[in-house]
Amino acid sequence: MSVLLDVKNLTTQFNTEAGIVKAVNDVSFQLNEQEIIGLVGESGCGKSVSQLSVMQLISAPGKITNGEVNFEGRNLLDYESNSDEMRAIRGGKIAMIFQEPMTSLNPTLTIGRQLTEMLELHLNMTKEAARERAVELLKQVGISGAESRLDDYPHNFSGGMRQRVMIAIGLSCNPRILIADEPTTALDVTTQAQLLELMKDMVSKYNASLVIVTHNLGVVARYAHRIYIMYAGNIVESGTTEEIFANPQHPYTKGLLKCIPRLDEEKGRKLVPIEGLPPNLINMKSSCAFAPRCSERLERCLTEAAPPLRDIGNGHYVGCFEK
Amino acid sequence: MNNLSENILSVENLKMYFPVTRGLLRKKVADVKAVDDVSFHIQRDETLGLVGESGCGKTTVGRCIMRLYEPNEGKVIFEGDDILTYSPAQVRGARSQIAMIFQDPYSSLDPRQNAGNIVGEPLKIHRMVKTPAEYKDRLEELFAIVGLDPGMKNRFPHEFSGGQRQRIGIARALACEPSLIICDEPISALDVSIQAQIINLLQELQDRLKGLSYLFIAHDLSVVRHISDRVAVMYLGRIMEITDSQTLYKNPLHPYTKALLSAVPIADPAVEKNREHIILQGEVPSPMNPPEGCAFHPRCPMAAPECKKITPELRSIDNKHEVACLRV
Amino acid sequence: MTDTITDTMKKTENKILSGESEAPPVVSEWRRFRRVFFQRKLVMFGLIVFVILIFTAVFAPLLAPHDPYRGDLANSLVPPNSDFLLGTDIQGRDTLSRLIYGTRTALLVGFVTVAIAATIGNVLGLMAGFFGKAVAMIIMRIMDTVMCFPFLIFALVLAAVLGGGIQNVIIALSISLIPGFARVMNGLTLSIKENDYILAERSMGASNFRIMFKHILPNAMPTMIVLITLQLGTLILAEAALSFLGIGIQPPGAAWGSMINDGYRFLLTNPILSFAPGLAIMIVVFAFNMIGDGLRDALDPRLRGLL
Repeated sequence: MSVLLDVKNLTTQFNTEAGIVKAVNDVSFQLNEQEIIGLVGESGCGKSVSQLSVMQLISAPGKITNGEVNFEGRNLLDYESNSDEMRAIRGGKIAMIFQEPMTSLNPTLTIGRQLTEMLELHLNMTKEAARERAVELLKQVGISGAESRLDDYPHNFSGGMRQRVMIAIGLSCNPRILIADEPTTALDVTTQAQLLELMKDMVSKYNASLVIVTHNLGVVARYAHRIYIMYAGNIVESGTTEEIFANPQHPYTKGLLKCIPRLDEEKGRKLVPIEGLPPNLINMKSSCAFAPRCSERLERCLTEAAPPLRDIGNGHYVGCFEK
Repeated sequence: MNNLSENILSVENLKMYFPVTRGLLRKKVADVKAVDDVSFHIQRDETLGLVGESGCGKTTVGRCIMRLYEPNEGKVIFEGDDILTYSPAQVRGARSQIAMIFQDPYSSLDPRQNAGNIVGEPLKIHRMVKTPAEYKDRLEELFAIVGLDPGMKNRFPHEFSGGQRQRIGIARALACEPSLIICDEPISALDVSIQAQIINLLQELQDRLKGLSYLFIAHDLSVVRHISDRVAVMYLGRIMEITDSQTLYKNPLHPYTKALLSAVPIADPAVEKNREHIILQGEVPSPMNPPEGCAFHPRCPMAAPECKKITPELRSIDNKHEVACLRV
Repeated sequence: MTDTITDTMKKTENKILSGESEAPPVVSEWRRFRRVFFQRKLVMFGLIVFVILIFTAVFAPLLAPHDPYRGDLANSLVPPNSDFLLGTDIQGRDTLSRLIYGTRTALLVGFVTVAIAATIGNVLGLMAGFFGKAVAMIIMRIMDTVMCFPFLIFALVLAAVLGGGIQNVIIALSISLIPGFARVMNGLTLSIKENDYILAERSMGASNFRIMFKHILPNAMPTMIVLITLQLGTLILAEAALSFLGIGIQPPGAAWGSMINDGYRFLLTNPILSFAPGLAIMIVVFAFNMIGDGLRDALDPRLRGLL
């Protein structure tokens, strides 16, 4: 398997009135060809911002201050956010699906217009060809009566259907990478299952890779090949899905697994919550961000700089001091 | 009192139809059958989970019990009395005995009131305390019960985190020592690591305060199963299956329950590999125009011709397991 | 497509910036209010004018160099000099003193009218929004009817029927302002009552009265304060217009509008007679509008994170 996307030392910060927020702090991750990776963390941990940074969709007061985004032999951060190259990548080579299906489609344009726009823009298709392709795409994502539905407006579609349309738009230009940012959080479980299954099938059909950004450990357990766990702007643990769940090493990962109710649990299981609150990201210290809530904390965790990710074998990396 | 102590609440054949009106004269053109012939009971000290997807009517059931809506038909018998026959003044009184916890910790607290006033509001409404000193003591007790520092009572909601706000909401619900709390998606707006704190708090409260029952409404089956003694599964305004939470996972009978269980991913790839993944086709039909017969039949993998004609009633399979399906 | 991406992006950013994580926001409301409100030069100008205006109105008898009402025909139409800083009018009354006493009229009419109109308008709007249905139908249709008449013409007709005098000016202006307040309050109530905390109040057994006045009204106040400030400027202008037309404050009362009217005949020979009160009106109205704008920016939750 060859590496498709190689992100190195990415740092994105927001300069706010109260101070500097390092939303993404020295984050590195790889995405291989035809791979599904999961980026897991709670709200505000930087998982979405890291993906927006890859797409260079960060605007003031946010700024990408460091790092490389290597894709197809080029560093995307060498291009201006508004450059033609970057625009060709966005929506063309790398597509993104957002959380809110209710707002991510333009309510004043028909579904067909929004689909064909991408095709005409990125693939220079004629109107007729684009329309044909749009019908085909809608069929592929499981929308019945695709020809007639092209002329419908987003408000005629339910949340799940709109997310299907978003997937169709995402796939329209044969992207190499599909980034799904909490794609099913706003939807019901049975719809969530339908859509995730659809995305899995679609990326394999298009030979693309998928990044699932989510807070739901169950979703990544079911679909992802590899997982990155994020906390307060940092990746704290990464590895194959089997490895992470069978052998979690970072106290945060362990804590997450102990604090969620499981469908298959026996009666009387007690949840062990992670004490305290996620930190405020403003002007963070360089020591481990999780240390104040950590149940395995050592003296050095509070005084020394946070440890970098270390290899513990089997492609498993953890950002925690060796005990 | 003794003969009532079994069931603190029993809901019988509850129906709540919202009229759909059109035109200048607001002519009624249809009904949204949000809740259609729902019956269940909750015992003292028990937690009943009510689970279902959005639009299935679970929230409406909760609000009908509070009489925030006026149901069309049915009975809501609380502590032996039918709440639906109460006068408006009696209803206001009853609301000291049934409390509610809301989903959104951001919009469920008045932003212009400080935490102390929010928690103390029910005490003032129902005149539960006589002196300012008593009020202050009770307030500090309530803060302590939910794990908040009483010194924070002068702060305003925006100065609290989501989890802390939900604690304020719980303290407010506990103020009048209710015997039933309706929890409407109380944790779904919170982060995963905070959810466990709130779930544990709710469970501890039930252990500590005697005679407290919950109606726990949520869409997340694993959370509902974790906290509930029994679980009722709703689909399009009807209850499809009720059973205790262990049986629900080990021996689900209704095809919808099976699909719902299968749709919830388990955070363990080893388990996930060996699970059957049932992917339902299509979407939930509009409650304005529900299918004839069994509401689930258009999506049901087990549907038979009779399912299109006959609406199945909830019937007992064995002790404490009820299901509404013709094919079981 | 690009638009929608930008939108979603903005939202994500706002979430980060508004601290929608577990940790509570560090920037307090009050700090933000102070920064947005007090650090603007035009707002500060408005505030200074406002303070001077109040001070002048309260201490008018001490500040005025002459009696504003007693004429002295021997000193009629004197141009500005060391004794009469702004000269005198046809009856020989000191223009500066009349200007100073005029602040009393302007502020009295402004504040009393706004108080009456806001109280009645808010209660009507609150009731219409809260109870809806027939109550809203009746209240809002009456408000619409009143609104059909142009604001000034309506006040003019009322003042003409009721006769001049400060009392009737206040009544006329109040009635014409009520629908504006009622409409805004109705809209605010409709949106505020959708919040879960109102549902929570009902679930606790709170009475309608308690919900309306303890929970909806305080949440509508920020918007109302802005509206009230902006309306103060409009009112001072309207009072001047009525007085200018001769159906406002009756002689010998000192009002800026009637001063303009009095001086208007001598526009070519003694322009200061009209310009001085005209300039006063302009500055005061401008000041109120600036305060109103500043308040709106500082209190509007939608601008949070942007300013």
